[in-house]
Amino acid sequence: VGQCVRPACRAGGAETPAPTAAPTMPATCSACGSSPAALRRPKTGHALCRACFLAAFEEETHRAIVAGRLFRPGETVAIGASGGKDSTVLAHLLQLLDQRHGYGLHLLLLSVDEGITGYRDASLAAVRRHQRRSGLPLHVVSYRQLYGWSMDRIARHLGPRNNCTFCGVFRRQALDRGALLMGADKIATGHNADDVAETVLMNFLRGDVGRLRRGAGAGPAGGEGAVPRCKPLRHAYEKEIVLYAYFQGLDYFSTECVYAPQAYRGYARALLKDLEAARPSAVADLGHSGERLSLRPDLRLPARGTCQRCGYVASQPLCKACVLLEGLDRGLPKLGIGKYRRLRDKLRDGQPLTQEERRRLGAPAEGEPSEEQEPRGEPGTDEEPWGRRELRVPRDLDF
Amino acid sequence: MDNVGGIAGRIFAIVAAPVSLLVEFGGGAELLFDGIKKHQVTLPCQPEPWHIRNLLKWIKQNLLKERPELFIQGDTVQPGILVLINDADWELMGELDYKLQDQHNVVFISTLHGG
Repeated sequence: VGQCVRPACRAGGAETPAPTAAPTMPATCSACGSSPAALRRPKTGHALCRACFLAAFEEETHRAIVAGRLFRPGETVAIGASGGKDSTVLAHLLQLLDQRHGYGLHLLLLSVDEGITGYRDASLAAVRRHQRRSGLPLHVVSYRQLYGWSMDRIARHLGPRNNCTFCGVFRRQALDRGALLMGADKIATGHNADDVAETVLMNFLRGDVGRLRRGAGAGPAGGEGAVPRCKPLRHAYEKEIVLYAYFQGLDYFSTECVYAPQAYRGYARALLKDLEAARPSAVADLGHSGERLSLRPDLRLPARGTCQRCGYVASQPLCKACVLLEGLDRGLPKLGIGKYRRLRDKLRDGQPLTQEERRRLGAPAEGEPSEEQEPRGEPGTDEEPWGRRELRVPRDLDF
Repeated sequence: MDNVGGIAGRIFAIVAAPVSLLVEFGGGAELLFDGIKKHQVTLPCQPEPWHIRNLLKWIKQNLLKERPELFIQGDTVQPGILVLINDADWELMGELDYKLQDQHNVVFISTLHGG
């Protein structure tokens, strides 16, 4: 990586080589042998022309879908659509492959509006453009509507760090709720091989045995939420997704989330990019390691139960979203961040907290005005967050 | 007297035509360049040919508006930024050592943003 193999190039520019020795034209495609190559595939190092690459990428995604038995005919699949590169390519591919290979699916787009000004509003515009071009139905669920809290408002109370914890937990539930609302049997997300590799790294770095047992974030399907999920692009390198979108002229939105610079995943991503530069197969290999992991049998692992308040999947008495939300609603935003079990138990038992304890949990300083909670909407209107208890009986919802 | 050919060659190099390029930024990289995606640039005449390596330095000095560490790492681009030369992967073209010619097109696509 970094050095052309031809001796004339390595000698530098001072000695002008004969024109035929310098690489002004790329190699020939190794698949069709006729067109000039347009990219070098990271996993294999093969050089492919544009047409052969597009065909190979589509065919490999199809094989991954079939081999992983990701879908059944007649299923309704909600595609998590953010307007970004991965979900745009995913939606484009699923629609194309469904038509080409007759999967027999009902596809729809599901978007989550976290309420991040300057970021989400622009990317939702990209989703709406995709919706118009593709003709797929689109539904948008918002944090403000579901929880009474937008991410901007959460960040104002919480500060610059730990926002991603809230966002990730809330988004997972928001996708489930949105999918149930639309009658979807399955959620498909655009996670790519780089995302999976980063997750594997993060779970190792944090010693998260619960997640490591479940495949460290790798593996085809997730059964942890209310609605089964799959990641059809989990073997696709991010580089290829970007180039697929570029060569197909797909319109997507890309800006860094304003809260992302502080996210822990950024460190894992930087490490992964350096590892990939040294050995490109590292991305795929990390995913394989995660999938093949098995833990020591004597480990005590969290058991899967349900949240006492909302019925969602939880390994504690309350699910993470309920704990986070309770913290926000009580003016103690850090209640769900970090290990405050003793203080949570105090609250649960109805005992008052000291000023110092409240401060540790992120309560505003004395004298700061407390904010009006954002309105959730009137009962009976479209804005009402449908009751959380409905999660227990997913198909028997009455709207 | 056998230096004449060499000297003449260098004279021709000095008066060689400047290199005009279309440089594009995408995938979020354009945010470092005032949000402008397409830049028609003319690189100044110089004795050394224009390789991607010195194009990067030129871009850093003349086009980059903020946070150079998000675009350049040392001698090369930040890992995670794809480079296409005339719509082909620069990995097939010698990467930093590729010699640019007039009317070429170079695209920098960032892959580092959410999907």
